[in-house]
Amino acid sequence: MKPFAFVRAPSGPAALSAMASNSRASFVAGGTSVLDLMKIAVEEPDVLVDINALPLRSIERRGDVLLIGALARMSDVASDAGVRELFPMLASALEQSASPQLRNMASIGGNLMQRTRCPYFRDVATPCNKRSPGSGCGAIGGVNRSEAVLGTSSACIATHPSDLAVALRALDAVVHVTGSKGDRDIAFAEFYCLPSETPHVETTLARGELVSGLSVPLPAAGVRSAYVKARDRAECEFASASAAVELDMAGQTIRSARIALGGVATVPWRSPQAESALAGAAASCDAYERAARAAFAAARGFGGNDFKIELGRRTLVRALEMAASS
Amino acid sequence: MRQPLIGAPLDRVEGGEKVTGRTVFTADVVLPGMVHGVVVTSSVANGRIRSIDAKDALALPGMLGVMTHENAPRVNAGGSPPMPSLLFLLQNDAVQFDRQPVAVVVAETFEDATRGAELVRVAYDAIAPEMDLETAPAYVPEQIFGEPADRHRGDPRAAFSAAHVRLEQTYRTPTEHHNPLETHGTIAAWAGDRLTLYDSTQWAFGVRARMATVFGIEPELIHVIAPFVGGAFGSKGQPWSHVALAAMAAKMMDRPVKVLATRPQMFAWVGHRPQTEQKLSIGCSRDGRLQSVIHETTSETSAADDYVEPCGVFSRGLYAVPNYAMSHELRRLNISKPTYMRAPGEATGSFALESAMDELAYELGMDPLELRLRNYAQTDPDSGKPYTSKALRECYRLAAERFDWKRRNPEPRSTRDGRLLTGLGMATASGGSFRSHADVRIRMHADGTVVVSTGTIEQGTGSPTAYAQIAAEILGVPYERVRFEFGDTSLPYAPLAAGSQTSSSVGSAVTVAAQRLRERLAESGGRVPPDGIEINVEEKPRPEEDDYAQASFGAHFVEVAVDPDLGSVRVMRFVAAFGAGRIINAKLAESQFLGGIVWGISMALFEETRFDLRTGRIMNANLADYLVPTNGDIPPVEIIMAEEDDQHVNPAHVKGIGEVAMTGSAAAVANAVYHATGVRVRDLPITAEKLLGGARR
Ligand SMILES: Cc1cc2nc3c(=O)[nH]c(=O)nc-3n(C[C@H](O)[C@H](O)[C@H](O)COP(=O)(O)OP(=O)(O)OC[C@H]3O[C@@H](n4cnc5c(N)ncnc54)[C@H](O)[C@@H]3O)c2cc1C
Ligand code: SF4
Repeated sequence: MKPFAFVRAPSGPAALSAMASNSRASFVAGGTSVLDLMKIAVEEPDVLVDINALPLRSIERRGDVLLIGALARMSDVASDAGVRELFPMLASALEQSASPQLRNMASIGGNLMQRTRCPYFRDVATPCNKRSPGSGCGAIGGVNRSEAVLGTSSACIATHPSDLAVALRALDAVVHVTGSKGDRDIAFAEFYCLPSETPHVETTLARGELVSGLSVPLPAAGVRSAYVKARDRAECEFASASAAVELDMAGQTIRSARIALGGVATVPWRSPQAESALAGAAASCDAYERAARAAFAAARGFGGNDFKIELGRRTLVRALEMAASS
Repeated sequence: MRQPLIGAPLDRVEGGEKVTGRTVFTADVVLPGMVHGVVVTSSVANGRIRSIDAKDALALPGMLGVMTHENAPRVNAGGSPPMPSLLFLLQNDAVQFDRQPVAVVVAETFEDATRGAELVRVAYDAIAPEMDLETAPAYVPEQIFGEPADRHRGDPRAAFSAAHVRLEQTYRTPTEHHNPLETHGTIAAWAGDRLTLYDSTQWAFGVRARMATVFGIEPELIHVIAPFVGGAFGSKGQPWSHVALAAMAAKMMDRPVKVLATRPQMFAWVGHRPQTEQKLSIGCSRDGRLQSVIHETTSETSAADDYVEPCGVFSRGLYAVPNYAMSHELRRLNISKPTYMRAPGEATGSFALESAMDELAYELGMDPLELRLRNYAQTDPDSGKPYTSKALRECYRLAAERFDWKRRNPEPRSTRDGRLLTGLGMATASGGSFRSHADVRIRMHADGTVVVSTGTIEQGTGSPTAYAQIAAEILGVPYERVRFEFGDTSLPYAPLAAGSQTSSSVGSAVTVAAQRLRERLAESGGRVPPDGIEINVEEKPRPEEDDYAQASFGAHFVEVAVDPDLGSVRVMRFVAAFGAGRIINAKLAESQFLGGIVWGISMALFEETRFDLRTGRIMNANLADYLVPTNGDIPPVEIIMAEEDDQHVNPAHVKGIGEVAMTGSAAAVANAVYHATGVRVRDLPITAEKLLGGARR
C-alpha cells in the first residue's frame, strides 16, 4: 500500500479545505470500500480525510421528505423506525446488502460512492478503462459474469454495485452536496453517469465535493413497494440482479409505477419503459411480464452475463408480484 | 466408575488459547533480527521476463534488497518422488503460469516490503497461454499415487454393450482452491550451514527432505518447526516455492526472513484441485444390477508437472460391479501445479459417479437408495479382499430413517413449498483408509505425568487432544496429566498429515507406545524410577493388515429448496451417517464430518476458480469473489456415527475421518436439485444460469 497521510476533519469546512489543498486527497467514512481499494493499489490517495466527526448522522423527517445524513450507517438506516415504516423497500435493500459487520461500519455516502466490483477494475495487472483510461476493457471478451447488460458502452460494461442506490433511484431521492463553492442539490437521476467513452467519470459530483445527505420524498398514501435481490449466496454478496419497485394502485389497477434495476446496469437503472407498460394496467402476471420485457428490450449480453437478461426480467416480475400483494 | 476416555467428546486442549488469540501460528513467530520478504508474482501466464526494474523499490527506506532470477542464489529447483514438483525459485526467466513468483522484495518491515513489491516493474515477452482443457494435447500419465493410472477387471466394454440399460454422461468439476484460513508462511534462519525453518506445513519431515535437496545439504542440518497450522486441506502437504525462497533470501541478506503468502497468493503457487471432465458409461440390468462401469477422467495439469486427479479411485471399489475400467488422461495448461485437495479424486469422482447412479435410478424407476443397496459390495470389488469393517448398510439405514427418506415422492418436480420447489437427494460417501510409518516417544515421569512426543503437526483437527485420550485411556492416568509434544523435526518421525492417515498412523504408534509403557510399569510393579520411563516406538503397517481392504463409508441425505424463477438453491436439511472405525473423540470427529459436508455444499453451489482464458489470469483470486458459503447458506446438519468395532485395521482401530464426508456430499446436493426441478446439472457449481432454463416450466 502506498503511504498516505491521515487527517481528521473536525468540521465540514475543514474537510473541504483539506480536500482542496491536495489534489490526491480522498474522503474516508466507514472505510470499507476505500481502504479495500487502497490495499489492492486501485486507489492511491496521498491523504485520507476522515469525515466521521462531521454532524451528518441524523435520520429525520423534515416537511415532506425524510432526510438521511451521509454519515448515517447502513445499519442505522435499516433499523430506523421511520425508514421501516415509510420506506420498507429501502430498509430491505439495506438489509440485503453486504454483512452485518460491514453495515455497522459503512456509511450512506460511502455506499453511494463505492466503486464497481468488476474483477478487472480490481486487478491492476489487467487493462481497465475505468481505472486506467485508454488501457482497454478487460471484461469485454473476458470473465464478465458480473457485468452489466444495460447502459453499457464499448469502453465499459461494469455494474454499479450498490443496492441502496437502486432503491433511492426508484424513490426519486435528492443528493445534498456541499463544496467550496457552496451547497447544491443533485437529483438522483442526474447523480450517476453512464460510462460512454469516459467510464472513469462516475458521478456528477465535482472533485472535493462532499455528499452531506439525502432527501427522500415521502411516499403517497397507500403505495406498495418491494426490493428483490437475486444473488449467488445467502449473505455478503452483490446482486446478480435486483429490482426496486413502488406501485401506486387503485384496487387492482396500477395507477403508476416506479421501477429501478440493479446488478444488471452500469448505473442504478430507472426503467421508464417498464413504468409506462404498467401505467393504467390491471395488476396481473401478464402485465408484469410485459413490463419486464420492456425493461430489458435494449439489453445486451457479453457471454458470461447473458443469463442476467432473463434473470433480471424474472427478478422484476417477482418484485412486482411482491409489491402488488404487500 | 470411570468414564471411558475413548470416544468422549472432550474439548480440544488448545481451544481456550485459540479462541482468545493466544495460539502461535507461523506468522506470529518473531526471531531476533528477522526481516520480511514479499513475493512479487507474474502478471502473465506464459512467456519470459524481459526485464525487472527494481529502482523505485530499492529507493524506499528500510529496503534491504530485491531477489530476482538475475541475482538469486543457484539452487536445485527440480523435484524427485515423493515430492516431484518443480519449484519456482528464480533460477531463470521463464514464466509458466499466472502469479508465478518472479522476485522477492526484502525489507525491515512487512509494510515496506509490501510497498516495495508493488513498485517492482516487470516487463514480459508474453506468449498466448494454453488454457483450454478441450483442445490442449492429451497424454496418459504413468502413475497415479504410485499405482497404474489405468486399470480394469472383466470385460467392461463388452458388458456395457450387452447391458439392457445404458447410461453415458459427462460430468465436469471446475478448478478449486483450498484457501485454509491461515495462509502459507515460512520463516528461514541460517546459522552457518544450518537452516532453521518455521513453516505452516502438513509435513515437517517432508519440508526438511525437500529443502535438503534444494540446498544440497544433509537433512540433519535442517531443523523444521511447525507451530499450530490454521488449516491446510492438502495445500500444505508439500513445501512450495515460498519455503525455499525464504531460505534463499535469508542466505542472501544474512538475516532471518519471514515470507507470508497473501490471500490472492493462495491462488498462485500453492496448489489447487484441478478441473476434471469425467465420462461415465454404466451398463445395468433392468432390475438394477450393475454390469459394467467405465470411468474416464481428463484433468488439467501444469506445464512442468504431472498431477493426476485420481477420480477412478472412487468408482473402482464402491459397488459390486463385475466389469470395470478406469482411465486418466492429462492436459497441460499454463496453470500452477494442481495438488491433492481434501479427498483428492474422491470428491471429484464421487460427484460424477453418485450423480450417474442417481440418473440411473430414475432411468430404472427405482429408489436411488435401493439401487445402491442392490449393488452393495460386501467385499472390496477392486482387490477382492474383505473389509476390515464396513457399516455402510447401517449408515444408509440410520440416516434414511432419521431423514425420513421414505416420504420422498419419487417423481421429480413433485413437491412445492409456496413458490419453491423442494427436492430430496442422497449419495454414498467413501474414503480410502491407510497408514504410514510413524514413530513416537512416550515418557512417564516420576510424578506420574506423561509426555507423548512425535513430529506430526496439528492442523486444526485436534490431534493433541485425541492422542492424549488414547494414551490416558491405556495408561489409566487422568487425561490432564498427558502432555503432547509435536510439530518439530527434532521429535520422532511422523508422516505427511494428509489422506486421513494421521490418526491411523500416529494414533497407532501412540497406542503401541502406551501399551508398552503399561507393560513396563506392570513389570516394575507400577513404580516409576526417579528418572522416569521412556519408550520409543517405530510403528509401521503390519503385513496382516494387507489381507484386508480398508475404507470409511457414509451416506448423505439432503433436502433443497429451489426458487425456480431466480434459479437459487437453498440447502434446507442435511443428515449423514458415517462408519469410520473407532471414534476417539466424538466432538472432534463430528467437526471433521461437518467440515466435509459444508465443503461439499460449497463445491456443489459455490466454488469455482475463474480464469481469463485469453491471458490465464485468475480473475477471482480473493474470498469476496471466490465464493464459499456463509452461515446463511448452511442448514442444520445432523451427523450420526455408526458403530464399528474394527479389530483388523490397525492398533488404534481407527479409520480415516478427515475426507470421507467430502465425498458424495456435492452429488447429494445436485441429486436433490434434480429431484426438486427436473434439471440435471452435470457441471459444478450449480449457479443460477444453469437452472434458469429448465427450473421454471
Ligand atoms: C464483502 C463486501 C460485500 C458488500 N456487499 C454489498 C452489497 O451487497 N450491497 C451494497 O450495496 N454494498 C455492498 N458492499 C459495499 C459496501 O456497502 C460499501 O463498501 C460501503 O457502503 C461503503 O461505505 P463506507 O462508509 O465504508 O465508504 P468509504 O470506504 O469510507 O468510502 C467509499 C468512497 O466514498 C467516498 N465518500 C465517503 N463518504 C463520502 C461523502 N460523504 N461524500 C463524498 N464522498 C464520500 C470516499 O472518498 C470513497 O471514495 C460490500 C462491501 C464488501 C467489502
Ligand atoms: S467493464 Fe469497465 S471496469 Fe470492467 S474492465 Fe471494462 S472498463 Fe474496467
